[in-house]
Formats: sequence, structure tokens, C-alpha cells
Amino acid sequence: MVAVERTLPNDESRALFELVQELCAKELAPRAAEYEAAERFPREVFRTLGQAGLLSLPYDEEYGGGGQPYEVYLQVVEELARNWLTIGLGVSVHSLACYGLANFGSEQQKEKWLPGMLGGDQLGAYCLSEPQSGSDAAALTTRAVRSGDTAADAYTVTGTKAWITHSGHADFYTLMVRTSDDGAKGVSALLAEAGTPGLGFGKPENKMGMRGSVTAQVLLDGARIPAERLIGVEGQGFSIALSALEAGRLGIAACAVGVAQAALDAAVDYASSRQQFGHPIAEFQGVGFMLADMATSVAVGRAAYLTAARRRDAGLPYGTEAAMAKLFCTDMAMKVTTDAVQVFGGYGYTADFPVERYMREAKVLQIVEGTNQVQRLVISRALTRS
Amino acid sequence: MKIVVCVKQVPDTEAEKRLLPDTLTVDRESSNPVLNEMDEFAIEEALKLTEAHGGEVVVLTMGPDGADAAVRKALSMGAHSGILLSDPALAGSDAVATSYAIAQALGTTEYDLVILGSEASDARTSLVPAMLAERLGLPQLTFASKVEIDGTSITVNRLTDYGHDVVQAQLPAVVSVVEKINEPRYPSFKGIMAAKKKPVAALDVAAAGIDAALVGQAAAATTVVDAAQRPPRSAGVKVTDEGDGGVKLAEFLSAQKFI
Ligand SMILES: Cc1cc2nc3c(=O)[nH]c(=O)nc-3n(C[C@H](O)[C@H](O)[C@H](O)COP(=O)(O)OP(=O)(O)OC[C@H]3O[C@@H](n4cnc5c(N)ncnc54)[C@H](O)[C@@H]3O)c2cc1C
Ligand SMILES: Cc1cc2nc3c(=O)[nH]c(=O)nc-3n(C[C@H](O)[C@H](O)[C@H](O)COP(=O)(O)OP(=O)(O)OC[C@H]3O[C@@H](n4cnc5c(N)ncnc54)[C@H](O)[C@@H]3O)c2cc1C
Repeated sequence: MVAVERTLPNDESRALFELVQELCAKELAPRAAEYEAAERFPREVFRTLGQAGLLSLPYDEEYGGGGQPYEVYLQVVEELARNWLTIGLGVSVHSLACYGLANFGSEQQKEKWLPGMLGGDQLGAYCLSEPQSGSDAAALTTRAVRSGDTAADAYTVTGTKAWITHSGHADFYTLMVRTSDDGAKGVSALLAEAGTPGLGFGKPENKMGMRGSVTAQVLLDGARIPAERLIGVEGQGFSIALSALEAGRLGIAACAVGVAQAALDAAVDYASSRQQFGHPIAEFQGVGFMLADMATSVAVGRAAYLTAARRRDAGLPYGTEAAMAKLFCTDMAMKVTTDAVQVFGGYGYTADFPVERYMREAKVLQIVEGTNQVQRLVISRALTRS
Repeated sequence: MKIVVCVKQVPDTEAEKRLLPDTLTVDRESSNPVLNEMDEFAIEEALKLTEAHGGEVVVLTMGPDGADAAVRKALSMGAHSGILLSDPALAGSDAVATSYAIAQALGTTEYDLVILGSEASDARTSLVPAMLAERLGLPQLTFASKVEIDGTSITVNRLTDYGHDVVQAQLPAVVSVVEKINEPRYPSFKGIMAAKKKPVAALDVAAAGIDAALVGQAAAATTVVDAAQRPPRSAGVKVTDEGDGGVKLAEFLSAQKFI
């Protein structure tokens, strides 16, 4: 695979990238098509990445993280997604699941759980959506009732979380639950462990794409979660969830650029070798210009998420930029992957080539972690607020 | 326990290799140098043994200056320190000279066990491990698909055409491993960073006590007189089965002396 020209800040990140490329070539690329077709969840690949230190990149070294800025972490996610979206998105979701504890947990909680969560063996899930509340996430109804007031007490949780990535395979679940009827202010965040009695899982969704990644409901039937596992304070859950999503959206944007890059690579390759009318089709301006537009929008997308990432790394507000990057990159990936199928002609419409898979994969990125309508909502509100 | 792993830097296994027309030696500039793949299994085995029995792993390579990349890779997988034996006088050494040079370099350190790959992917003579053992006067346990250590005794499964032999010796000993033996780990990101701080000792011919007259291309016992491109593959024979396919296949195989 041709290396993408990247600006990385130092030798450390360049060494990291070499490792990522080796893992992509040896562990991701050979499996992607087969696992996606067989709907096989690559748990062992996450373990290999974990051992290599790739499941903790954006977190503090103090707790076992890789101590990398978002500028570097996201480019790793992009490269993973370029080779296999199920893995790139999985790494992003795992980071999202760690976000609450790492940023809002007490020192004591972080010392107790974070090293394990970042250690590479564990995989996380982030549970916000419910069957009846998607975009309107604050309408969630999963109930958590606390018994008693001491640390030894527990929340009893009942309800259904929907669309949960890694459901049934994850080792920990960051759950947004309702602790009072006060709308968004009545939401709290709990960190549940796999194996908690009353924590069950639905049947995996039969998805259009990214079929190697498991998406299923998380069923809470009187699950008792120790009160010491409350992240932040009661009522803080929704702002924790949104703050995590702000960072998570950048992960989705990076995934989109990765998928689009993969489609572009395949299209350039194919257009250079496929001959019609005695010429490689890339020589026809109609095709060549399409490739040029694809390459341009991939590059602009990468610049967009990196702009937001660098703001985050500099400690500046980046929510609007993250929403813009998510919106632009995922719409861009949809267009680029669709065009890649066009470049392949009839061959592109078959599963013998990867571009139809990229097209199916791109679609989900316009939906998750806030649909692109919701991103526009976020951006337009920011415009009129000031 | 101290284990020395000998590793070789080789041209990228995937790349097209060629000989330089004037010296008839491998063109090492034209492709990416990488750590000989088989040697990753040697490193993995050494790491596993020290994880189980305690001790440290030293990687040793003989090669040009750039060969320290192979050492770094081993260090990032978890080896503790490295030795880079490098000197213009060593260039073009054959297997006999390589084994001599490595034996001399090993004389600068202590060890209980030396582990090698069973074959380097470029020259593929598979001679260095046995020659090295001979030079060191140590037991040679080659083509190991399993290694066990109990106190000062070492037992290996030695891969053969028909299965394996179980071979035993006393430490120190020289072992070469086959790919079956384990699944080499990837370096970790932290391992890569830590490797930069691990010590790598540089040795030249003098420091290793190597007689320069015995190494290098001039001392090679064999000379490459000529080299030619491999002829392109000729088209195969197509057997159409008209009821006699089996017979035709058998005739073909018999003509090629396969049966
Ligand atoms: C593969 C996959 C993995 C997922 N993983 C997770 C996960 O790990 N954790 C998790 O919590 N969730 C996850 N989700 C859920 C995802 O975040 C939701 O699907 C998403 O937020 C949209 O919610 P919804 O599906 O209920 O759609 P709805 O909110 O019902 O939206 C339907 C349509 O209405 C539009 N719409 C809604 N409100 C407005 C508005 N105000 N203005 C304009 N348009 C609007 C939407 O844009 C959309 O087009 C996943 C989803 C999928 C498909
Ligand atoms: C036609 C031809 C041209 C050649 N040209 C050159 C040349 O230009 N330059 C050159 O350097 N060599 C050249 N050689 C190779 C040289 O003869 C051998 O590479 C060298 O002597 C080692 O033998 P091997 O590679 O076959 O190792 P093998 O015996 O196959 O290797 C077995 C194991 O020994 C260890 N080992 C081997 N070599 C080293 C080393 N250098 N350092 C540490 N451990 C090692 C490794 O663990 C390896 O897995 C050439 C060989 C041939 C056949």
C-alpha cells in the first residue's frame, strides 16, 4: 500500500506509524474482506493492537496510556480504518468508552480501573443511544435507582441501550442512565463491568456494512452497579457524554478519511490499468478529473480533522470544528466511495473488488455519533449563539 | 540466564533481489533492509525463555552500520542490549568467515545460550549456526521446533523430514530455530521508545579480536564466477482429460522423475 504523505510532529510518532503500518499490512489487510463477509468479529486483532499499545494512545502515560496528541492518535485511527473500518472505528469507540473515566473520574477511580482499561487486553463500549432516543439522546429512559448512601451501595439499572458497538464482546460499558426526571440534567454515567448479573446483550443487528463489527442492544435487567462506579456526580452524565462525543466525532472523521483514502487508492490503481478504447481509463479526462476531485476532497478532509485536533491539543475549544470535520469528512467519504464504484464500472458493483464494501462502510459514518443533520444543528447553533 | 541471539539484516524478502554486476555480490542498496524473518522467531524464543527462567537477551549482528536497525527492532521487541559488529574489512564475508567473526565477537561477552535463525533469507546457506557451534566447541542443536531448559540442561525437538528427534545437551549450547517454534510478538509502541535508550555496543574487527586476513570477500573460500538471470518460466503442459487424464498425469510425473 502506498504511504500517505503525513506531517507527524516527531521521531516518536514516526516510529509509531511504522509499527501501525506493519500491523495493518500483516494483521488487518489480510483479514478485512473475509471477516466482513463472514460477519466475524475480530476480537483477537484488537488484542494484538492492545499488546502493541494502540488501544490507549490518547491517554496519560501515568495510567498506562500512550501520551499521544490527538493529531497523532487520529492519524493512526485513519490508517487503521483505511485498512479495515471495523478496527479503526472499534479503536475510536474504545477511546470514547474510556473518555468519561479518564476526564471526569476521581483520582481513586482512575487508579483503580484506568490502567486495566488502557492495558490493551480490555475493550470498551459506550452506551448512550436507546431504541426510542437517538438524536434526542437526552430523552433516554434507562433507569438507575440508588439504594442507600454509602460507597458500598449500588445502583439498580433497568432499561435497554441500543446500537451498542462491541455489545457482548466488551469488558466494560460506559452507561448513560437516568437518575432523575430532570431531562438532560437527570442523566448520570456509570462504568459497568462485563459479567455484572443483570447485564445482558441482544442479537447483533444485521447491518448493511461494517458487518465484522458487532452492534447490538445492551439489556439491563436490574443490573446492580456499585455506587463507586458513578463517574463524576449524579446529573453530570449528559455533559460527560457530549464531551466524549466531541472527541469521538474526530475519530469518526478520521475513519471517514481512511475509508475514502482506501477507495481513492483502489480507484487510481484500477483506472491506471483498465483499458478501454485502447487507453487506460485514467487518461480519459472524465475519469481523471473524477480522480482529481476525489484526491482533493480526501486531502481537504484530512486537513479538516487535523485542524480540529490541533486546536484540541493546544487546549482550545474545538467542538464546532469537530462537528464540521465529522460532517465534511463523512459526506466526503460517501461521495468518494460512490465515485470509486463508478470508476470500477460493473466490476465495482461486485464483491470481487473492495469498493462496494467501502461504499457501504462510508454510509454508517454519516449516521453514528450524531447524524450529519445533528452536526449541522451543532454548527448552526454555534453560529447564531455568538 | 544470558542468551545471545544472532540476527542478520537482509534485503526485503518481498523485493526482487539482484547481484551487482561488477562484484557479483547482493545489491543491498536497491531494497529496504529488514531483520531476517526467521531471526524474529529466535528473538521470540529467547524472550520467552528469559520470561520463564529470568535473565537477559543480547542481540548480536554483523553487518554494515545501518544494520543497527535490525538490532533496534529486536530491542523494541524486548531484548535488553545489543552488539553491532561492523567493519569495512568484514564486507563480503562468506559463511565460514561469518561464523568466525561471530565466534570472536561472542568472546567479548558471557552467555549460557546462543540462538540463531536456521536460515537467512538472502544467501540461505543455513551454515552459520553449525559452523558457529563448531568454532565455539559447543553442542549444536539445530532446526529446533521446541526448546526446553531445565537447570543446565537443554532439550530441543529437532525438526526432520519424518517428524522430529529429541536432542539434549548441557548449557552453554548453540540453537537454531525454525518458524514452527513460536509466534513472534510485535514490538509495542512503548517498546520502540524504550529501545532507543537501550545500550548497543559497537565492535570493529580489532575490538572483537578478529584477524582481518581471515574475513571479507578476499578471504572467501568460494568465488562467484558468473551469474545469470533466472530464465523466465516456460508455459506449463495442459492435460485435457479424455478418460485418460490419470495416465497422462502419471506419464508426465514419471518423465520429470517425480515418480
Ligand atoms: C453501526 C452503528 C453503531 C452504533 N454504535 C453506537 C454506540 O456504540 N453507542 C451508542 O450510544 N450509539 C451507537 N449508535 C447509534 C447512533 O449514534 C444513532 O443511530 C444515531 O445517533 C442516530 O439515532 P437514531 O438512529 O435513533 O436516528 P433518529 O434520531 O431517529 O434520526 C432519524 C433521522 O432524523 C434526523 N433527525 C433527527 N432529529 C433531527 C433534527 N432535530 N433535525 C434534523 N434532523 C433530525 C436524523 O438526522 C436522521 O436522519 C450506532 C449506530 C450504528 C448504525
Ligand atoms: C551469491 C552470493 C553473494 C553474496 N554476497 C554477499 C554480500 O555482498 N554481502 C554479504 O554480506 N554477504 C553476501 N553473501 C552472503 C554470505 O555469504 C552469507 O550471508 C553469510 O556468510 C551468512 O550466511 P547465510 O546468510 O547463508 O546465513 P545462514 O547460515 O542461512 O543464517 C542462519 C542464521 O545465522 C545467523 N546469521 C547469519 N549471518 C549473520 C550475521 N551477519 N550476523 C549475525 N547473525 C547472522 C542468523 O541467525 C541466521 O538466521 C553472499 C552469498 C551468496 C551465495
